[in-house]
Amino acid sequence: MRVACPFCGDRDRREFTVQGDDTSLRRPGRDAGPLAWHDYVHLRDNPAGRLHEIWHHDPCGAWVVVERDTVTHAVHGVTLAREAAR
Amino acid sequence: MRYSGLRLIREGLRGNAGWTRAWRDPVPRPDYDAIVIGGGGHGLSTAYYLARNHGITNVAVLEKGYLGGGNVGRNTTIVRANYFLPGNSEFYSHSLKLWEGLEAELNYNVMHSQRGLINLFHSDGQRDAFVRRGNAMAAQGDDAILLDREGVREHLPYLDFDNARFPIHGGLLHPRGGTARHDAVAWGYARGADRRGVDLIQNCEVTGIDVEGSRVVGVQTTRGPIRAPKVGIVVAGRSSQVAAMAGMRLPIESHILQAFVTEGLKPVIHHVISFGMGHFYISQSDKGGLVFGGDLDFYASYAARGNLPMVEHVMEAGMTLMPMIGRARVLRSWGGIMDMSPDGSPIIDRTHIDGLFLNCGWNYGGFKAVPASGWCMAHLMATGQPHAVAARFRLDRFATGRGIMDEEGTGAQHSLH
Ligand SMILES: Cc1cc2nc3c(=O)[nH]c(=O)nc-3n(C[C@H](O)[C@H](O)[C@H](O)COP(=O)(O)OP(=O)(O)OC[C@H]3O[C@@H](n4cnc5c(N)ncnc54)[C@H](O)[C@@H]3O)c2cc1C
Ligand SMILES: [Zn+2]
Repeated sequence: MRVACPFCGDRDRREFTVQGDDTSLRRPGRDAGPLAWHDYVHLRDNPAGRLHEIWHHDPCGAWVVVERDTVTHAVHGVTLAREAAR
Repeated sequence: MRYSGLRLIREGLRGNAGWTRAWRDPVPRPDYDAIVIGGGGHGLSTAYYLARNHGITNVAVLEKGYLGGGNVGRNTTIVRANYFLPGNSEFYSHSLKLWEGLEAELNYNVMHSQRGLINLFHSDGQRDAFVRRGNAMAAQGDDAILLDREGVREHLPYLDFDNARFPIHGGLLHPRGGTARHDAVAWGYARGADRRGVDLIQNCEVTGIDVEGSRVVGVQTTRGPIRAPKVGIVVAGRSSQVAAMAGMRLPIESHILQAFVTEGLKPVIHHVISFGMGHFYISQSDKGGLVFGGDLDFYASYAARGNLPMVEHVMEAGMTLMPMIGRARVLRSWGGIMDMSPDGSPIIDRTHIDGLFLNCGWNYGGFKAVPASGWCMAHLMATGQPHAVAARFRLDRFATGRGIMDEEGTGAQHSLH
């Protein structure tokens, strides 16, 4: 797998750390109840198909959202996490 | 047909013409007393024990591909009972005892070989953790022996003991640990279930779960609807998809785990060796191939094949531990889809829908669990109550925070296992 870092271009998968699906962009508010936190921390859609996930490009420190097909491993798009979170 | 040495000789003398099919290929009936979704190790053992322990024989196992085509035929076959935490400890202990009687029970040679498992350690801290684990194993009634460096050398003289980063200080030996023939376990349970009347239905994918009110009433499949008042979801890596058919979102991520086998060699590795610090483990199959693997690729995947970085990592770790295998040629590598739970421990439980049961979260360790998982899942489906040795495998432990079983002690979060 190769992933196009918005700063560094096409880079080998070895340079990245995968954090999992992009749930962490949707952190519940301070007063959200325990169920919302359970949902956030534990529950996952876990799709067989396209998934948005958070990758870290270790050399440059960028957090990116990678849209990747979990069945074929094809990468369909990369955005900076900061922009995706908006 | 009962298998025996006599039968083998007789058939051998008669050109092996008398062997019959090991199980039927039935057409699905419109209704059953119970349906098991998934014809992997856990689904087949569930069906077997429903019939054997509870007399429920009007059962269908629905498998979307062929029996044993999933993880049960893709794993590296290690069978052990060296868990630490209450909950896991008694469950895997029960499973190992079932393994020890499995061949007689199934009248099938599953090639269970208790060749001994050695977990290596490389520091004082790691040794102390292994002492503690060994004591927990002994307290559970299982066996554990602490080996110092020379003790390990007696068993495994060919390791590199003086690696600069991971010098070997000793190991924890679990003499009753070992391996089994993975396909044979699936086939043995399949044949046993079939002989007791269970219908094993292959090429039958479940596409929907029918619920009326708060009760499950059956499933939709690629071979038509099938009704049953009890349905068990036992689909390992595909758990999220099947549970979603009943409106559930699970605490599961599906990840890829790879494994490798070399060409056949003369007997050289007589144990199962686990090199945790290098994420590497190895044993030798009865055909002679060195069977080895490492850690997850660490990204979600349904591809059943991995990428090169983990291949490289595993080969490097193998060379670090035992340079002698460097000239063996790798024949094949493959991957399986692992149902990873946040705390690394499984789930065998009821769901919010009456009659619908869930068995998942086996991570990379569910092969050794096949006998006890089926035993406990059958108990749950038959009686509605969790079996005593699986009583802590609750689905709601993540929501309540009570009863989390994190063997690695890294935290009950997906990205940490
Ligand atoms: C490389 C590798 C090494 C491993 N090594 C070990 C080891 O050394 N020791 C150990 O204890 N464990 C090991 N494991 C883990 C172990 O193999 C699994 O945890 C265990 O096999 C999972 O349970 P199962 O056998 O029921 O799964 P599977 O065999 O995957 O069964 C699930 C079945 O459900 C079917 N299914 C899915 N969706 C549907 C549907 N909609 N309708 C009908 N059927 C469906 C699938 O086709 C599949 O056959 C390893 C796994 C891998 C991949
Ligand atoms: Zn970058």
